[in-house]
Amino acid sequence: MSAVEEVVTEAPAVEAVPKRAMTLGTGTSLLVLAALIIMPIFVKNFIIFQMTMLLIYGLAVLALNILTGGSGQFSLGQSAFYAVGAYTTAVLMEHFEVNYALTLPIAGIVCFGFGFLFGQPALRLSGVYLALATFALATAMPQLLKLNFLEHWTGGVQGLVVTKPDAPFGLKMSQDMWLYYFSLVVVIGIYLLAVNLLRSRSGRAFMAIRDNEIAASAMGVDVALYKTLAFGVSAAITGIAGSLGAIAVQFVAPDSYTITLAVSLFLGMVVGGVGWLPGSIVGAAFIIFVPNIAEGISKGLSGAVFGVLLFLVIYLVPHGARQVAILGQQLAGKLRKN
Amino acid sequence: MELFTNQVLAGIATGAIYACMALAVVMIYQAIDHLNFAQGEMAMFSTFISWQLMQWGIPYWAAFILTLALSFIAGIAIERILFKPLAKAPILTNVAGFIALFAIINSSAGLIWDFTIKQYPTPFGSAPFLGSQLISTHQAGMIGVTVLLLLGLYFFFQYTRIGLAMRAAASVPESARLVGINTSWMIALGWGMATAIGAIAGMLIAPVVFLEPNMMGGVLIYGFAAAVLGGLTSPFGAVVGGFLVGVFENLAGTYIPGVGNELKLPIALALIISVLVVKPAGLFGRHIVKRV
Repeated sequence: MSAVEEVVTEAPAVEAVPKRAMTLGTGTSLLVLAALIIMPIFVKNFIIFQMTMLLIYGLAVLALNILTGGSGQFSLGQSAFYAVGAYTTAVLMEHFEVNYALTLPIAGIVCFGFGFLFGQPALRLSGVYLALATFALATAMPQLLKLNFLEHWTGGVQGLVVTKPDAPFGLKMSQDMWLYYFSLVVVIGIYLLAVNLLRSRSGRAFMAIRDNEIAASAMGVDVALYKTLAFGVSAAITGIAGSLGAIAVQFVAPDSYTITLAVSLFLGMVVGGVGWLPGSIVGAAFIIFVPNIAEGISKGLSGAVFGVLLFLVIYLVPHGARQVAILGQQLAGKLRKN
Repeated sequence: MELFTNQVLAGIATGAIYACMALAVVMIYQAIDHLNFAQGEMAMFSTFISWQLMQWGIPYWAAFILTLALSFIAGIAIERILFKPLAKAPILTNVAGFIALFAIINSSAGLIWDFTIKQYPTPFGSAPFLGSQLISTHQAGMIGVTVLLLLGLYFFFQYTRIGLAMRAAASVPESARLVGINTSWMIALGWGMATAIGAIAGMLIAPVVFLEPNMMGGVLIYGFAAAVLGGLTSPFGAVVGGFLVGVFENLAGTYIPGVGNELKLPIALALIISVLVVKPAGLFGRHIVKRV
């Protein structure tokens, strides 16, 4: 309550993750990839659809991971970027009859601009203040999409129906399976880009800002530019995830993109391990499947069961799936020595 | 002009709700340095307990006191059992813990008391206050309780040994430990007090918004916004922030065309963010200087 200025040596909110620890080794990556490619051949269409959603949420969690794990900025507004991406695709496909594949880069560019601009006022805020600002964005988005004068384009509360694309080149594949492989290619492409981004000069700048903003700026990192850039990149990737999501679900409506989505993505990031990119897919699996499991255990108490399961996970592995991966690596190392 | 004063008065009346919640938010922020996302749900659960006690025939004030005591104990228990093991975990993991707690409390309250809306009594009556149609005696009572609570907290933190110890533990934990303060228990105490204040907020708000498991969703958002606006380090700021947010929201709804009930919240939040961009530590918050 006094006006005395307080001096603290603050530990960074996000742990410093060395950039090598942010990815998987080549061998493991190829194994995971092979599993992802082969799996749809053996399962039913509904499961393929769920796996597509897994990839899409994984992509959205990855985007948040670049922002939080990479540059140390916190966001509860990812659902807004996801919504903008989804609506861009839906409007382009339904009103302008643009090919679905072409809408993805457009959604990415639109969201990049949106995120970059939003990053400007967010520059002065950090920690809880940034959380509140992004939270405001997330709560405003569904209301903005419902506005009257946009109704002609967005369909208002009703939303828009999106047609699911058929497999091209006369391939004998179900729509679900084609969309799965299409998403897989997009996700792998973006994953590789993200890994390379974090290994580049910009990535190092992100991490310098995350670990100590003042020191980073003293070393010549343009803090304002890189912070907004991180927002832009994260928004662009989230937007592409949103586009894929709109195509997969075949429907966009304002109330699918509420704060709940942003909170889920945040939980996905924590469960996957903050700053560990491959963990994104584990986190996505958690937010897609665990609520269903909880519902299966008890209908009336599904929320409580979900909470208890979440507590279990964070007690056992406070650092998320990354911790499991590190343990696994150490075990493998020991076995090799023996 | 009359419309303006009326809207300001109405804003102050709703602002009292936010101020109460903001006080609880600041209280826990002082103790643990995070925003507790489950705070609203904890307040809701406390309110349900007091309602249950009244259903069993206990008079209002007895139920009120009993609920405060129970909430205080429950707050300490939650900290000791659920969050102490996470003390060394990363901050974001703790936030995930708050979200888990939110889900658990909300869903259990729904199962125990179901989701139907319940009437909740007020000790102040609901007649117009001093002949004004806009403020009822309940709302005036609520403003009074908020101010009393603020004064009480001020004296507690400024003039008692334990208040001093809590402030020390929150601002410089290492030095506080060196002079013999049990910082871990200070955090638990902070949880207990925040839960009790949340219970007061819940019991005062319930007659206005009616009692049901989701009653606190919106209120907590405004409470957070108020606390952040006033400065998270200042209980006084939180109360001022609460009243300001209430007035903001009402005036935006009245004077900006096209703003219905739907857009009130985004506009209030946008205003708060504009304030924060100018004053990043909130209106009354201490500016914290970081050492490299």
